[in-house]
Amino acid sequence: MLRKIWAITKKNILMYYLKGPVLIFGVLFPLFLFLAFYIGRSLSAAFLIPGLLAMTLFFTSTSVSPVIMPWETQMKTLERLISCPITVRTMIFGDILASFIFGIIISIVPVVIGMVMGVGVKAPLTLGAAIIIGAFAFSSLGLLFSTIPTDLVSNVMMLSNLVKFPLIFISGIFIPISDLPDWGVAVASLSPLTYFTDIARFSIEGYAFYPLYLDFLLLIASAVLFLVLAVKLHERTLVRRF
Amino acid sequence: MEAIVAEDLSKSFNGLKAVDRVSFSVHEGEIFGFLGPNGAGKTTTVRILTGVIEPDSGKASVLGFDVVKEKLKAREKIGVVPEAANAYPDLSVWKNMMLTAALYGIERKKAEAKADELLRVFGISERKDSRVKTLSKGMKQRLMLSMALVSDPELLFLDEPTSGLDVASARIIREKIMELSREGRTIFLTSHNMEEVSMLCDRVGIINHGRIVAVERPGDLRDRIGGSLAVEVEFDRKVDLTGFPDVKARGNRYVLYTTDAHDTICSIVDFASRNGLRITGLNLHAPSLEDVFLKLTGGESDA
Ligand SMILES: Nc1ncnc2c1ncn2[C@@H]1O[C@H](COP(=O)(O)OP(=O)(O)OP(=O)(O)O)[C@@H](O)[C@H]1O
Ligand SMILES: [Mg+2]
Repeated sequence: MLRKIWAITKKNILMYYLKGPVLIFGVLFPLFLFLAFYIGRSLSAAFLIPGLLAMTLFFTSTSVSPVIMPWETQMKTLERLISCPITVRTMIFGDILASFIFGIIISIVPVVIGMVMGVGVKAPLTLGAAIIIGAFAFSSLGLLFSTIPTDLVSNVMMLSNLVKFPLIFISGIFIPISDLPDWGVAVASLSPLTYFTDIARFSIEGYAFYPLYLDFLLLIASAVLFLVLAVKLHERTLVRRF
Repeated sequence: MEAIVAEDLSKSFNGLKAVDRVSFSVHEGEIFGFLGPNGAGKTTTVRILTGVIEPDSGKASVLGFDVVKEKLKAREKIGVVPEAANAYPDLSVWKNMMLTAALYGIERKKAEAKADELLRVFGISERKDSRVKTLSKGMKQRLMLSMALVSDPELLFLDEPTSGLDVASARIIREKIMELSREGRTIFLTSHNMEEVSMLCDRVGIINHGRIVAVERPGDLRDRIGGSLAVEVEFDRKVDLTGFPDVKARGNRYVLYTTDAHDTICSIVDFASRNGLRITGLNLHAPSLEDVFLKLTGGESDA
């Protein structure tokens, strides 16, 4: 089982992740979006870095994982793949693992940028744990987007962007949750990204809006929820792809 | 034990019955040909048998395993070359082989030895480090077969393995199929090439509009209308020959099956002069398997 998952992960890394554009886009896109928002404002680097980290991890973990299924349906590699003795679960885990590794590796970039700007990490273990759980949760979310049985990459992209962009704006990345009105806090609490950002702020800035245990609990809960949903839905829709 | 048993399989897509109460069985060790025109339901049947899709009703077993409930166990013992399927285009030939082997749970050393052997047998060894997208169509198909064989399967599903290939590539694949059969493997092969099927197969199932029309040996199929002769006639324009018994249209030509060639030819000539038609071609021959096929499927093949 583990060897099969790893075989699929390796395939994904070679086929999708180790491509120049994917790598560059993974780093540059969050950076540009971030700069676009911050340019001209006077905000401290210590405030910027946790947000940049959250956005980078979120975008990279959800960038490729949603398009693997539609792409392979269209490319006609999927039928060959599932004719092998593997379960849907194995395949999904393989897809998540590749995205997970990619997310973690790219998230080092904003952390290093922070260090260069003189922003150190006060709680490295807490941050490391949050990155691992966050990468897993967001990769699973990515797989959840591709459960619609289509072979059109563009449909899945549209759906995932429709969810991803609003989440960026309600998760305490650009505006701290403590500055939000009550309804804003309520909306923010719906986004799993909020909890990751909060832990990142704790680890780098030294304070968080929610108690740390609650952040972790909710991040883990969303990871489990996304994973279970992704597996269940893919199990149902896979046979409808042909 | 039968290698494949299909009982009353049905599958519809948006109300269209792609496979309609299909039943047949494939004996262990035989090459079974599944023959039918485009859209007959061949690929749908293969997909049900390999567990890619699930039937709406009916059941099937492959090597004794239920294709829905024991999918994985069945898949461990079969090899599949799906129709129009691709290997990963950006991975090398070798990486594709290793990926497939890993997914079958084959140990690395064994996988490498097997892959080496298969690539050599199929004559693509020297391309093993090339990306799949740089291969020719014939080479890709040989790679697909190598991938299907990496697990040493007892039963092979080949969905139109030679379609679109040139004569030489198709011949290599047919020879390999016969060799695999001699090694004792069971082979389920779909095709719309009559000649290919009669050359390779021990038995042939003919499917049309989702329904099985006949399952017989190629020789017996021919004998089905064997007592008769085929008279093939061509006129200078399209006509309605429905007045004649046992006639099939085949483009501009008509094939009439008869036991009395003399009577049939006289009535054709008579029909032509009565309707002011010119006969532009006339042939008399024993029915070919293709005639049998056309007769059984109602002459709607574009083969
Ligand atoms: N996923 C699908 N959605 C809708 N219709 C489908 C689907 N798959 C097959 N069909 C329809 O079912 C019928 C049978 O298709 P199938 O692919 O099984 O035929 P086939 O015998 O393999 O044909 P060919 O020789 O062209 O490969 C066709 O009318 C086809 O259009
Ligand atoms: Mg087909």
